[in-house]
Amino acid sequence: MFAKTLLGASLLASMTILSSAALAQTIGFSQIGSESGWRAAETTITKQQAEKRGIDLKFSDAQQKQENQIKALRSFIAQGVDAILVAPVVATGWDAVLKEAKEAEIPVILLDRMVDSDKDLYLTAVGSDLVHEGEVAGKWLVDDAAGKECNVVELQGTTGSSPAIDRKKGFEQGIAGAANIKIIRSQTGDFTRAKGKEVMESFLKAENGGKNICALYAHNDDMAVGAIQAIKEAGLKPGTDIKIVSIDAVPDIFQAMAAGEANATVELTPNMAGPAFDALKAFKDNGTMPPKFIQTESKLYTQKDDPAKEYEARKGLGY
Amino acid sequence: MTVVSSQSQPLLAAVGLSKTFPGTRALDGVDFELRAGEVHALLGENGAGKSTLIKCLTGAYRRDGGDILLDGASIDPRDTQEAQRLGIGTVYQEVNLLPNLTVAENLLLGRQPRSFGLVSRRETNRTAREMLSRYGLAIDVARALDSYSVAIQQIVAIARAVSLSGKVLILDEPTASLDRDEVRMLFDVVSSLRAQGLGIVFISHFLDQVFDISDRITVLRNGKLVGVREAATLDRTQLINMMLGRELSEETRDRGRGGFDYAQAPRIAFAGTGRAGVIAPFDLSIHRGEVVGMAGLLGSGRTETAELMFAAAPRDGGTVTKDGTPLKLASPRDAIAAGFGFSPEDRKTSGIIGDMSVRENIVLALQARQGWMRPVRLSRQREMADDYIRRLGIRTPDAEKPIGQLSGGNQQKALLARWLATNPEFLILDEPTRGIDVGAHAEIIRMIEELCASGMSLLVISSELDELVTYSHRVVVVRDRVHVAELIGEEITTDSIVAAIAKPSPVQEAGT
Amino acid sequence: MNGTLARFARRIAPQLITLAVVVAMIGIVFPGFFDISIANGRLYGSPVDILNRGAPVALLAIGMTLVIATGGIDLSVGAVMAICGAIAATLIVEGYSLPATLALSLGAGLLCGLWNGILVAVLGIQPIVATLILMVAGRGIAQLVTEGMIRTFSHDGFASLGSGNLLWLPTPVVIWICAGILATLIVRRTALGMLIEAVGINRRASMLAGVNARLLLVTVYMVSGLCAAMAGIIVTADIRGADANNAGLFLELDAILAVVVGGTSLLGGHFSLIASLIGAMIIQAINTGILVAGFPPEFNLVIKACIVLAILVLQSPALQGAAILFSRAKGQP
Repeated sequence: MFAKTLLGASLLASMTILSSAALAQTIGFSQIGSESGWRAAETTITKQQAEKRGIDLKFSDAQQKQENQIKALRSFIAQGVDAILVAPVVATGWDAVLKEAKEAEIPVILLDRMVDSDKDLYLTAVGSDLVHEGEVAGKWLVDDAAGKECNVVELQGTTGSSPAIDRKKGFEQGIAGAANIKIIRSQTGDFTRAKGKEVMESFLKAENGGKNICALYAHNDDMAVGAIQAIKEAGLKPGTDIKIVSIDAVPDIFQAMAAGEANATVELTPNMAGPAFDALKAFKDNGTMPPKFIQTESKLYTQKDDPAKEYEARKGLGY
Repeated sequence: MTVVSSQSQPLLAAVGLSKTFPGTRALDGVDFELRAGEVHALLGENGAGKSTLIKCLTGAYRRDGGDILLDGASIDPRDTQEAQRLGIGTVYQEVNLLPNLTVAENLLLGRQPRSFGLVSRRETNRTAREMLSRYGLAIDVARALDSYSVAIQQIVAIARAVSLSGKVLILDEPTASLDRDEVRMLFDVVSSLRAQGLGIVFISHFLDQVFDISDRITVLRNGKLVGVREAATLDRTQLINMMLGRELSEETRDRGRGGFDYAQAPRIAFAGTGRAGVIAPFDLSIHRGEVVGMAGLLGSGRTETAELMFAAAPRDGGTVTKDGTPLKLASPRDAIAAGFGFSPEDRKTSGIIGDMSVRENIVLALQARQGWMRPVRLSRQREMADDYIRRLGIRTPDAEKPIGQLSGGNQQKALLARWLATNPEFLILDEPTRGIDVGAHAEIIRMIEELCASGMSLLVISSELDELVTYSHRVVVVRDRVHVAELIGEEITTDSIVAAIAKPSPVQEAGT
Repeated sequence: MNGTLARFARRIAPQLITLAVVVAMIGIVFPGFFDISIANGRLYGSPVDILNRGAPVALLAIGMTLVIATGGIDLSVGAVMAICGAIAATLIVEGYSLPATLALSLGAGLLCGLWNGILVAVLGIQPIVATLILMVAGRGIAQLVTEGMIRTFSHDGFASLGSGNLLWLPTPVVIWICAGILATLIVRRTALGMLIEAVGINRRASMLAGVNARLLLVTVYMVSGLCAAMAGIIVTADIRGADANNAGLFLELDAILAVVVGGTSLLGGHFSLIASLIGAMIIQAINTGILVAGFPPEFNLVIKACIVLAILVLQSPALQGAAILFSRAKGQP
């Protein structure tokens, strides 16, 4: 009985090795869910990237539950996939399942979010540097203001969330040293369009009908889109009277940029899978160990970057 | 057991007790004295100050003036728990125990015997059995309290109160929902407690019971003491006189109703109406200007009959006709549309809308029948309310007072007004005189007679047989969920009704 | 007649005083608060913002007041907002006409209310549980409708419902004031209000008095659904997009709070729509006040909680009793 099992297991193992060498790769992807447009776009792009590389992607939607993700990972391990991508829903509680993957010699790559486990337990993590994103936005404003006095109002993300903290910190780093740029008001807009609009209305009232405000920095594009409407309704021209810079690069902000109502956005790329697949290929082909954190590019888009075309390219991704 | 010389020092005494609420002086210098080893009845119309006095004695209210002496020492209980510790226990009409716990747990809650720090169920049950055996009650104490009748629950409540306090026991309307035998059982318990030297305060609307059990009687009226009498020296008329402060026309005895003409076709006729497990199918017809009384013990199926007739509960079948035409009765709304009215037994939960004004309570049924699109104009509502308040003698400062703040009798009159406003042809009154004071009682009986004289058909359910004898043209007797007898005209006496309720099959003998 | 008016004034006095105090407090921390000008053909200023931003909660409070008066509660209104907003945005993007879009999304709100009403009145499920079902499922339904993204539209007619002007006021202000007046008239000029209160105080007794309690319950939940649909449409029109994740999120709690601040008991019974609407404005005044005051956002919720606590303590029966005693003691020499 025991011998039979052993035989079966080794047979399975050898078949796995065989297939990984000769046939197309099979990679499991455990996604958090589809709580936001960005997340949906990440799923779409991951699938596109896999298809482009001829990878057989096994996709599992965890619907915001860690237990579902752990189940998915165990099932990937049992199936003997070549690698696992996981966008972890929470940071803790991954040690056991990551060890199981390691014992099965299946490399795991974290996408977009980190975990609190030992770094040996995963191959690498692909993600964006939130502080860096803020910094890019800040630097753009420093360049754009070109030394002129500029009062900035800031729409923060949900109070206490790590994107809100890091993007605020990054922006402040970006404008450090530019004495002409001052943040005069900062309030949370909860990452939503509606709150972005409501808070912007109050900023305009509080700052002399908006005449004191030179620029708006929003922690995400949705809040910026809401704020743009508030500025328009106050009789001002967004993009001209008040400069708008925000983060994420969702399709709607490109539409606003195309209309001249927004000035710049910093991309949080949904393409985390591309760099992950590249690192994996290098590791499989010649054993190159990737760094433990692969930072995606925080690309700056402005009105010069043909926003209309960017909008068309993105609108089908599920944002 | 200590023997207290009953004459020298009272067990519990209130001296010049006063309590004022905004707008009313509920107690005005009242003296009250309870001896050890006596049953002392406390009587008075609603609003006389009985419950305020009790609440002051048991710590539910703090007194404004006067003193309370227990064994000669002044006490000032801050809450009922403290009064209980001092020795004053109370049992209310609505048993205030936990119905889903066992009898034993209810008896010993908070002081269950423990072994190794854990509650010992066996020990609890044993102690409980012992406690109840003193009351001649041998029941399974491990069963839930609500699996027993109200009478037994009442006795369990008494046992708990006595074991906790042990000097004074206050019984507030303990017999209101008990039948004859159960009252007997309760009184046996009370008598034995009296023999043990407890002082017992007994509050009841049933004068017969008061005379039955009490040694002395204290009467209050409008917050003042009227007098204290030995029960043996007092007769019924004198007592009512003390309570009302006026002569009541000798208990409105029979005034010689003529025979009713049954040749005419009935107005409303129920045939084969019933519901499995609730009430056996019955035929019942009511004529114009007729009062049909319904008698039976509690739980015999009287209230169920009324609910079925008003379509407040589902029926299994049968037909209903009004003046020969079949009626479709699927809900109270249908019944009301057909000219029915129903004043239920439980005023508080099924009758009044407590937080609403007297005016709104009076117009409610009329308004519901007219539908929400056709509101009764406010001026008309006021007219109606004032009119009924005057006609029925509803005692309220004005029509806007929330009905929940009126006394039981006045609530009952307002409910009657609610139905009179719809000008019904057939009115069902379930226990219209329960729990209300003597004055209102007589007025409601007078009203029933007036309504019937005006041509209305009435079905009146009552536990007071004297009352049924007074106004009924016919009396239907219900026993064990079956309509067992129908008494007509001269056949109706308290004795014949009791016989029908008690005898196995009086129907054939009575020869309906 | 005068007595009725005096009673009404007494009823809403605590709410009006509270609103005045809150507004005065904002005036102290932000002196520019009362500046009102006319810009772009409408009144412009922070007080107008309060009326405008308070529109969703005010609309929800209308339905919520009626539901609470029957002794129920409707937790699903926030989710219903999301559903109806999602449907409206999707239909307008698909090219439906504005009237058809509005009719269908308001109809969806009524349908949601019908669902709640049937669970509560026919199946006898406790309101808090019954409406919890749609509260949880509703956001999911809204996401299915928008396919998980923010459904952006560019239809000026529809957008004007959220950000347009009417009679020198933002359109949402006109909508909620009209809805409030209409609801008050319907409830108080007909017998509806009284019957609702009767059912809320004692459902069994009302039924035995011939009140069609079941139909009445279904109706109030449908009204609540309709109000939520209007609120959802306004929010969607305002930001020119349906945000299934965030539209109306936690707004059911603000609506309940508005009703409570408006002095209607959660146990059911007597209610005042006007007082609830003032309650909604009190809550929005607090929100707007915090925004213009310029405190760090970490303090937002704490400040709001403290003010609401103060209001509820001042309105508590214990304190009111003390106030009556105090005034009487002062009044009598």
